[in-house]
Amino acid sequence: MPSKPQRIEVTLETLIESIALAEEIGVRVAVAAGFDEDGQYKIGLSVHEAVMNAFQYGNEQQREKKIHVLFELFPEKLVIHVTDQGTGFHLADVPDPRHDDNVLGHSGRGVLLMKAFMDEFDVQVSPTGGAEVVMAKHCSKQISQAS
Amino acid sequence: MSFKAVSREVGGVTVIDMVGRITLGEGGDLLRELIEEKMRSGRKKIIMNLAEINYIDSTGLGELVSVYRQMKTQGGELKLLNLNKKVSDLLQITKLYAVFDIHNDEAQAVASFRP
Repeated sequence: MPSKPQRIEVTLETLIESIALAEEIGVRVAVAAGFDEDGQYKIGLSVHEAVMNAFQYGNEQQREKKIHVLFELFPEKLVIHVTDQGTGFHLADVPDPRHDDNVLGHSGRGVLLMKAFMDEFDVQVSPTGGAEVVMAKHCSKQISQAS
Repeated sequence: MSFKAVSREVGGVTVIDMVGRITLGEGGDLLRELIEEKMRSGRKKIIMNLAEINYIDSTGLGELVSVYRQMKTQGGELKLLNLNKKVSDLLQITKLYAVFDIHNDEAQAVASFRP
């Protein structure tokens, strides 16, 4: 039976500085989990994009709202949850920026990059109604569950 | 490293050497101001040298698109130079590689502008 994942939880204020901070934590978790440099970059950028969405669109830059980031280290993958306190959104409503009509538009690139860089990606509605981005990166080797 | 941009003139073309990150709150405003200033002073052929740009997020990509659109609207021409692998990959994923005119050689990039 799989062991319980090691969990690292961070609650951030809705500040622009929280984006880089979450990214840095994401990279450190990826390093500790044994991902290579490319994996570390892709995990870091995906955390950056998810927290940036929470900052800008979910919590609409309202400092008193929180951004919750949860890292779950399973032996075979790293799962990351980024939850905001906004009103949520549906993936189907996010335009595909690769389409000719959208390629010079402003929306959808962050979601596209997270989908491209992570092995699993979904957006759910959190119990409080905000958006919860859930994404995972698989590891070719067993992830080290370092303390 | 925080964003820095320095411009120089090469054969009637403005080359902007950029260093650092282009992300939300980092680089975008400075870049737009610099381009606006160049366009106002009649410099309509611009190359952005991204050799020292080590990180771009989706907002940074949006800034590049904004500058491209702004310049096109005002009769300018923008080219990108020296993309590293990370930036190149981001442009491939988002299909922006097909939008921008991208070069790896500065002399070639300068020569590629219409007379």
